[in-house]
Amino acid sequence: MAKIRFKLNNKMIEIDENPNLRLLDVLRDKFGFTGVKEGCGEGECGACAILINNDVVNSCIVPLGNVNGKEIMTIEGFSLSEKFDVISSSFAEEGAVQCGICTPGMIIASESLLNKNPKPTDEEIRIGLSGNLCRCTGYNAIVKAVTKASKKGDGLW
Amino acid sequence: MVKNIIPTSLNEALELLNDRPFKIMAGGTDLMVQRRAWSQTPPEFIEDVLYIFNLEELKYIKEDKGFIVIGSTTPVEDLLHNDLTPFLLKEAIGIMASPALRHMATIAGNIGNASPAGDTLPILYVLDAIIVLESIEGIRELPINEVITGPRKHVIKQNEIIKEIKIPISVYTDSVFEKVGGRKADAISKLSFTGAVNIKDDKVLDFRIAFGAVSATILRRKEIEEKYVGLTKEELIGKVDEIVNEYDPFIRPIDDQRSNKEYRKTVALNLLKNFIITL
Repeated sequence: MAKIRFKLNNKMIEIDENPNLRLLDVLRDKFGFTGVKEGCGEGECGACAILINNDVVNSCIVPLGNVNGKEIMTIEGFSLSEKFDVISSSFAEEGAVQCGICTPGMIIASESLLNKNPKPTDEEIRIGLSGNLCRCTGYNAIVKAVTKASKKGDGLW
Repeated sequence: MVKNIIPTSLNEALELLNDRPFKIMAGGTDLMVQRRAWSQTPPEFIEDVLYIFNLEELKYIKEDKGFIVIGSTTPVEDLLHNDLTPFLLKEAIGIMASPALRHMATIAGNIGNASPAGDTLPILYVLDAIIVLESIEGIRELPINEVITGPRKHVIKQNEIIKEIKIPISVYTDSVFEKVGGRKADAISKLSFTGAVNIKDDKVLDFRIAFGAVSATILRRKEIEEKYVGLTKEELIGKVDEIVNEYDPFIRPIDDQRSNKEYRKTVALNLLKNFIITL
C-alpha cells in the first residue's frame, strides 16, 4: 500500500492503495468512471485512453503508482468542456460513431492531438489516432470528424 | 510482505535499491503487459516494485561536452519534439507504438527490457551511446553493447539505476532507420535496419550499420565497417555484394509468431543492399 495523491476530473484525490493496480480498474471500480473501457488490456487498442497532464495514455498499462501528483481526465470529466462539445458534435455529424466502444478513447486521443496541433493534416490525424482501433467505421469518418472539430473549434485549442 | 514504493528523489531510490532488490518500473509499457493478469486484477509481481517514472530530476535532454544527454525517465514523445534529439532516434521513435504509448515509454525501458526488437536500441548501437548507471557507490559508464548481453539479459546490478543515456554528437550525410512490422502503429518489429554514413569530398569518413531482431542482441560489427572507411562513394557502392556477404553469417534470426528466419534474413540483407546502392 502507498499513499497516492492526484487530481481526477478536477477533484483532488488521496487514496491508500496498492500502486500495482491498473489505473483502468481504479477509475472504473473505485470511482465508477465506466466511460473508460477495457478492450485489449495490453495498450494496443486505446479503448481505455485517458488524459494524464493533457496527454493521451492507455490506462490499462498505467500502474496507479505512476500517477502520483498528476492530473487525470477521463471522458466523464472532459465531457463537461466546450472542447468536448465541439469534438462530439463533429463525430455525430460525420457518422464517426457506430457501435461506440472506441468512441471515448477516440475523443480523448483527438483532444490530446488538437492540444498539441490545433490544425492537423489528415496524415497527422491518422498518426495521432494510430493507437485507437475501430472495427466499425473504417476510420475515414473519424478523420473527417477531427478535421471538422479543428475547424469548428478554431481558437479553442 | 510485498512493499511497493514510490520514491520522491533519486537518492531515496538509490538507498532503497542498496537495501534490497526491487523491480524498477518506469513508464510500465513493457512490464505491465509482461506481468498482466486477469481483467480487473493487478499485474503479478513477485518482487517489490520501485516506481521511478515520476522522478522529475531524471526527465531532461541537454547538450553537454559533445554529447546529447537524455535523462532516463524522459518519455520518448518528449524526445520526438525536441530539437536536440538525434535525427535517427527521432526516426525510430516516430514509428514506435502509438502516441499513447510514447507518452509513457522510455529509452531506459528499452535498455532494461533488453529485447532484440526494442525500437530505439539499434540507434543507440549505431550512435555509440553510453549508458550511465548510478548506485550508492557511484557512477559507471558503459557502451550500450556492453550493457546488453542477450535477449532480456543485461549487466545492470541490483543496486543500480539507469541514470541517463549519453549520445556522442556526430554528423552523417545519409542515414536511415527502416522498421519492418505487421502494421505501422502498435507493432513489434519483425526486423529493423539502421544505416549511417558520412561521405565528404567523395570519401567515406564513417560507415555504420545495425540490425534489430536478427540475432540475440542488436547486430553491429565495427570490424566490418572499418574495412570500408576511406573508400570513395563509387568504390563503396561497387563493393555492395561483398558487404552483404560480410554480414550474412552474423544474421541469425529466429522463427516466432511475428515472422520466420528466411523472411527476416532476406529482408535484412535487401535493406542493407538498398541502403548502399542508393547512397
